Amino acid sequence: MSMGRFHRHEDGTEHDHHHDHDHEHDHGHEHDHEHGDHSGYATGADRVVVLESIFAENDRTAAANRRDFDDADLTAVNLMSSPGAGKTTLLAETLRRLQGRLRAGVIEGDIETSIDADRLTGLGAVVSLINTANGFGGECHLDAPMVRSALPRLPLTDLDLLVIENVGNLVCPAEFDVGSHASAMVYSITEGEEKPLKYPVMFRSVDLVLVNKMDLLPHLDYDLAAFHANLKAVNPGVTVIETSARTGAGVDAWCDWLCALRQ
Amino acid sequence: MVRIVAGHAQGRKVRSVNVRIGAMRQIVPETLVYCWSLVTENSPLAGAELLVQRVPAKIRCGACGREQVLDEPVLKCDGCPDGRLDLVEGDEFLITSLDLAEV
Repeated sequence: MSMGRFHRHEDGTEHDHHHDHDHEHDHGHEHDHEHGDHSGYATGADRVVVLESIFAENDRTAAANRRDFDDADLTAVNLMSSPGAGKTTLLAETLRRLQGRLRAGVIEGDIETSIDADRLTGLGAVVSLINTANGFGGECHLDAPMVRSALPRLPLTDLDLLVIENVGNLVCPAEFDVGSHASAMVYSITEGEEKPLKYPVMFRSVDLVLVNKMDLLPHLDYDLAAFHANLKAVNPGVTVIETSARTGAGVDAWCDWLCALRQ
Repeated sequence: MVRIVAGHAQGRKVRSVNVRIGAMRQIVPETLVYCWSLVTENSPLAGAELLVQRVPAKIRCGACGREQVLDEPVLKCDGCPDGRLDLVEGDEFLITSLDLAEV
């Protein structure tokens, strides 16, 4: 008997589901009567229990990525944000300051263009670009197989840290495990205080939130306390570092957080 | 999804595919059902209906142990000001079962 099947009729005998009423089955004939299916939908059908995650394939690849990172003694961080939060500018400043502290690599995920990857070259890090588009438009996130496809282009054993810069988007990237050890997001104060409540899954999925563009605070009608309260509502224990990629404020604290992942 | 379903159906005709989606997953059931119909048309799974069961988000408070169902994604225990909260339900995205036509 195949696993997880409630009942079958090939031999006309086996039944291990519960009918909430008694009726006799005559197993010698064609079934054209109600079977008491629990969903109330299918009648005259066999139910096969599956209980399999729809992301199982992605998650298996994510586990393989993580194993490869562990074998290379490498820490991988999934860095997410909305478009324009300052992720690449912040990352450029980060790579500059990490030189001599950590050997860093970057997987740069973008729908189109090598603009961001170009901005990150010459800063002492190995950069591998994934463009998710083939033609017009492309995936709005990186998944584990996409990240896996970039690994052969990276000298994993020569690196301490791999930053996986995800596609700018606050929805889908939160759904896909890419095999990283930690997740962080760049949020900028120009996005508004309410964003944690509008994208709770993203804000909940990360270990660290970088609150970026802090240099703009004097010029904005922005309620920083309200943002912190909203963030706490969806992710009570999350670490927060206030940064400005432009002035460099907070970038050292973020570099320290990355270095601490190695200990 | 098609691979999972085909693997379990083992060549038999599938009438419906039962899917469970938690409230904390950012999955739009109507879109999923529409995409399923597009992906399966002209395939052996054509006509197999996707039936979605939604599961609300439920949290357990680490401090008082109380479980509560959320009607908005604000993770806060009604009784305790602080403390660890675990999501116990609402994270699901799985195929629970298939209903196959009789042979």
